[in-house]
Parts: sequence; C-alpha cells; structure tokens
Amino acid sequence: MTVLLRGLRWVRWYVRELTGESAYERYVAHVRRDHPTASVPSRRDFERMLTNRQESDPRHGFRCC
Amino acid sequence: MALVGASGWTVLALSRGEEVSAAWMVAAALGSYAIAYRFYSKFIANRVLKVDKTRATPAERLDNGIDFHPTDRRVLLGHHFAAIAGAGPLVGPVLAAQMGYLPGTIWIIVGVIFAGAVQDMVVLFFSTRRDGRSLGQMAREEIGPFGGAAALLAAFAIMIILLGVLALVVVNALAQSPWGTFSIAMTIPIALLMGFYLRLIRPGRVTEVSLIGVALLLFAIVAGRWVAESSLADTFTLEPSTLVIWMVAYGFVASVLPVWMLLAPRDYLSTFMKIGTIGLLALGVVIALPTLKMDAVTDFASRGDGPVFAGSLFPFVFITIACGALSGFHALISSGTTPKMIQKETQVRMIGYGSMLMESSVAVMALIAASIIDPGLYFAMNAPAGVIGDSVQSASQAVANFGYSISPKELADAAKNVEEATLLSRTGGAPTLAVGVSEIFSQVTGGGLRAFWYHFAIMFEALFILTALDAGTRVGRFMLQDMLGNVYKPFRNVSWKPGLVLTSAAVVGLWGYFLWVGVHEPLGGINQLFPIFGIANQLLAAVALAVCTTLLVKSGRLKWAWITGIPLAWDATVTLTASWQKVFSSDPRVGFFQQRANYQDGIDAGKVLPPAKNMDDMHTIVTNSTVDGVLSAVLAVLIVVVIVDAARICVRHLRNPEASRLSETPYVESKLVAPAGLIPTQEEKAELAAASRDGEVTQAS
Repeated sequence: MTVLLRGLRWVRWYVRELTGESAYERYVAHVRRDHPTASVPSRRDFERMLTNRQESDPRHGFRCC
Repeated sequence: MALVGASGWTVLALSRGEEVSAAWMVAAALGSYAIAYRFYSKFIANRVLKVDKTRATPAERLDNGIDFHPTDRRVLLGHHFAAIAGAGPLVGPVLAAQMGYLPGTIWIIVGVIFAGAVQDMVVLFFSTRRDGRSLGQMAREEIGPFGGAAALLAAFAIMIILLGVLALVVVNALAQSPWGTFSIAMTIPIALLMGFYLRLIRPGRVTEVSLIGVALLLFAIVAGRWVAESSLADTFTLEPSTLVIWMVAYGFVASVLPVWMLLAPRDYLSTFMKIGTIGLLALGVVIALPTLKMDAVTDFASRGDGPVFAGSLFPFVFITIACGALSGFHALISSGTTPKMIQKETQVRMIGYGSMLMESSVAVMALIAASIIDPGLYFAMNAPAGVIGDSVQSASQAVANFGYSISPKELADAAKNVEEATLLSRTGGAPTLAVGVSEIFSQVTGGGLRAFWYHFAIMFEALFILTALDAGTRVGRFMLQDMLGNVYKPFRNVSWKPGLVLTSAAVVGLWGYFLWVGVHEPLGGINQLFPIFGIANQLLAAVALAVCTTLLVKSGRLKWAWITGIPLAWDATVTLTASWQKVFSSDPRVGFFQQRANYQDGIDAGKVLPPAKNMDDMHTIVTNSTVDGVLSAVLAVLIVVVIVDAARICVRHLRNPEASRLSETPYVESKLVAPAGLIPTQEEKAELAAASRDGEVTQAS
C-alpha cells in the first residue's frame, strides 16, 4: 500500500512539474530564499507575468514542428 | 540488446516477397538505440565534450525561479521531448514510405544515431556553456555577422515554408470531411474556455483544466460523427480553397490575441494529446504487432518517378524524413529553453541524445503505420488528383499502372470504414497515418471503432499543427520585427501595436501564399512543396552542425571535429544535391526550371499538357515552378554561405589560434548534486546521501 501511495505521489509530483503547475510554489520559494525582503506576488499576478513574458518574446516555450 | 537489434536488422534485410512483422522493425530500432546510447553518446559526452559535473550550469548560477532554474532531469527529459516532437516525425516517414519501408527505416535509425541525436546533444552542451544562447546568437558570435545573418534569414525562410506545408497537411485532411472539420473547429471554443478558466477562475491549475479540455476534445470527436450525419453536415463540408481562407484568418487572429486566451491552453491540450497518443501508439504497435504490407524497397526508389514526391532515393529520402533522423529545428530548442533548466552538464547526454532517440522511435512508428496499410490504398491516398483522377475507377487503374492493385470497391470500402466521402489523393501524410493508426488501434479494440480512431488521429495531428501555426507566426513575426527594427526603430518594440499587426499580417500572408499555391497546384501541392520544405529543414541542420563543428575546432577539439563534421558533410551533400536537381534536372518531374520550360513551350504552342486541365492551369504551373525553383536556389546559396563562412573561421583559428575568441562563460564551481542518467549509479547515490546529510540543496528523487 505504501509503495502504491508513494508511486501515486511521484506521479502527481511529476505531472505538476511537467505542466508547470508547481512553477508558482517554486518561484515563491526562490523569492523567500534569495530575496527575503522582496514581496511575493499572488498566484494570479504570477501566472499573468508568465504569459506576458511569452507575449513579449514568443521564443519562450516555443515548440518544434 | 545487441542480439535483439541484430536479429531485427537481419530479418528486415533478408525478407523479400513475404510479409514481415513490424516487431522486427521495433527490435532493430530499439536494439540499435540501446547500443548507440550506451557507447557512442557516452564517448561523445566524456571524451569529446568532456562534460564536467563540477561546473555550475546557467540554471544553477542564474537561478531566477522562472526560466533559469535547475530542473529534475526526468522532468526536463519530458519537457524537452514534448518540445521537439510534433507533426514532423509523423509526416515525413509516411511520405517516404513510397520508396518502401527499408530505406526510411535505415535512415531514421542510422541518421539519428550519428547525426540527429549528436546535433541535439552538442548544441545543448555548447549553449549550456553560453548561458543558454540561441543558435542564431551563437552563429553570430562564433562565426561572424555574415554567417549569422544567413542563419537568421534561413530560419525565417524555413519558418514560412514549414507553416505553409503544415497548413496544407491540415487542409488536405479536412477538405470535404464534415466530421474532421467540426471536431477541429470545436478546439477553438474549448481552448478559449480553458484560457478564461486559467486566467480568471483557477490561475495555474494546468492539470485539471487540461483534463477537462481533453474530455471535451474526445466528446468533440464523438460529436463530429453526429454532425456529419445531421443536416449540419453541409455547413462543415468545406472546399479546400474555403479552408485556406479559414486557416489564414485563424492564423492571423490567433497570433494577435493575447497568449493566455488561445495559444497557452491550446499548447496544454496538444501536449497532453501528443504524449498520450504516442504512448498509445507504442502500446498498440507492441500489442497488435501488425505485418508490413509495403515492399521493402519499391521500384520508385531507383526510377525516381514516384507519385508522392519525384526524384530517386538519394537524395530525396534523406530530405523527406527530417524530424526523427536529423532535424535542424531541434537546435532551436536545444539552444534557448532547455540549457537554462539543466542541472548538470553531465545530463546533456540523457536530455539531448536520449530525447532525440525517443523522437526517432516516433518516426519509426509512423513508418510502421504507413507500411501496414495496403500499398494500393497508400498510393491512391498519396498520389495527386492530377495523376489518379477523381473516381475510384480511375484511381484503381492508375494504381495498377504503378504496379500495385486495389479494386474500386476496396477503395470505396476503405473510405466507408472511416466514414469519409473519399480517401483519394488525401496527400500530406496525416490521413494515411490516421488510416494506419485506426488499423492498429482497432485491432487492439477488437476490430471496432475504426472511424473513431481515424478521426482521433486526424484531430491529434491537426490540433498541434494549428498550435504550431499560431506559435510559428509569432516567432516569425518576432524575427521580422527584429529585422525591420534595423530599418525603422519602432518595429523593434515588440508590443508596438501597428508594427505587431503589420508584421503578423506579413508573416501570415507569406505562409498563406504557399498554402494557397499548394492547394491550387495542378501538379499536387505536397508533391511540389514538400521537397522544398525538406531542403529548408536540412539547411537549418547544416547551420546547427556548422556552428557545432566551428565550436569544436575553436575550443581545441579539432581531433574530434568529425563528430559533427561528418554529419555536416553528409547533410550538405544531400541538401545541395537535392537543390541542384530541383534547379537543374532535365527531368520535368524533378527539375523546376525544366518543368517551367516544358509548360511554357506548351503555352507558346497553344497546347494543354496534362495534368493541367486548361490554359489557366498551364500559367499557374509556370508561375509556381519559377517561384519554387528560385526558392530552391536561394536556399542552396544560403547553405553554401554558412558553410564557407564557418570553414573560413575554422581555418583562421588553426592558423592563428590566439586571435580567435571563444565566448564561453567562465568556470564556476557547482554546489548541486544530481545524477547524470535516468537511474543514479551507486556512486551518485552515495553523493546524494552525503549531500542530504550535509543539508545541501538536492533535488527530489
């Protein structure tokens, strides 16, 4: 049972990492660690910032044919 | 492993005139990949590149929590693979199957081992040493402004031709198909819904919104059948020229809308579908183990008069199959995105070489899917309408002239099985692949659901081609804005609205032109345009390999320059021979200018030459052949410019090593601990354990 649970937890971790769903948590951890005095954006603002970046340089996240 | 590979190759090589199981093809591929990965890629990583696990990567040094961040190697493998694998490895092998399954298989496997995977890995390595510089920047910095400009121009030209040809593939798949057209049309509202959900309701919850999207998508495929059988069918039964207008309009509107609205959600959808379908297909091939019905080598290989694309095996198989064997486009992913996320230099082997082997196996599966369908049906689907006519009788007759047989009834039944009005001249590869996929999947699902699987496969390809049209138009626009910015400053500001709209329209107009030409080409759009696309793609590979070779020489690895030098020489030979033949061949099926001359003579003599039906067709052919011929020549010149410029830099470096400048980022010691391969070695496990005891930052494992 614990093996199954661990397996499921790993899949969940992998999918969240692959889809970029965990990007916000990673960013918050980064800001708290490296810039403790800086303010942390809300998730909504963070996701907007990401799409704005792609808007200004479409090579972000570009895929092949 | 070696034994598995060897027996696979033996059976493929020795079987003549009997049906071979696809299992041997899979065995030959996997066995060869395993050996190549174990030995050749290790040799390149350790002896040639001398990857250094103590050297910090850009992800570690410049970690900003957004695009620069050390990413778990298994996640990055998934990322990189999803970014490089698209419609390319699915289309090329299907078209190349006209030469038989053997030439394609050999090129896909040998090509990836010695050229494609090497290119991806070496570019990834050098870009990682340069803070994730793009291929264009590296070309400019390491070769010079001249080679750099040629590389930029080449990338732009390729983008335009690529988008035109991909759009043509979709038009050919959707024309006269209300089921397909409806389900593809539904992807737009589904993506919009997902976009608004992510923006306004639950920001960042990608997995849940993608699951909702995929469920809706599957429903749209099922609903397509109801629409096709209802009174709405006429609304969604569109002529190719109407579809062209829709595609161009879509490309323009999508590319000027904000990213979050359409592009981002579409990207999630197509990635989910892509990984899911590729996984299903691999499973299906292994479970069903279909037999290959296509000849190992067809007569078209030597005669060069194949209906799918003209020209003989050499050089045309090698430009028709690009993605899967050697794809210049990958260099754009291997430089840029991935190097900013890699934890360790030692991982370039797994990410660069490994992902490309995975893509190659996708190409092998596409070739299998095309080779298990009846060859008669294959040629009826892939020959231009001008050659086989528009009735099942004329098609059956034409196929008999090619040396294969299929009765009119069998042709009609094949179309009925997948609930399409007709399968004749459905060129572009997507419908053929879809028939093959539906064959494999329906064998797994007990012979049923054939039509559903066909439309599932069409949806899957069209979905990411439409995403590519949007994303590609944006990248093309970005390049154009950059180029025009040199002439008129405001263009450089990418969010300057008039500039944005103007450049978007220009890019869409350019690929729209090729799409329009392809659809109205009396000689068959895919037949005429696909070789140019192949040449363009291999041109980009030449640029990438030239940059790699120059860097190997400049970084004191002259002894090992053949690692990319030989693939470069091969690629240049293939591409230049192909463009030479496309420009100068006296065979009107191959040489564009001979073609032009013949039809011009016809016009002068007042004669209509088949497959042209009237004088208008004759004039169309003359114009198109001229454009295509000039384009082939220009691409060839660009290749020569880049290679000559790179050679000049190499010679200069060898004469006077002190004078050349290598823009590599200085060494910084790494504090990260991370395994190099998929499974950590004993030594790496001990390092990981020690690091976590010391409280160092380690990655999840």
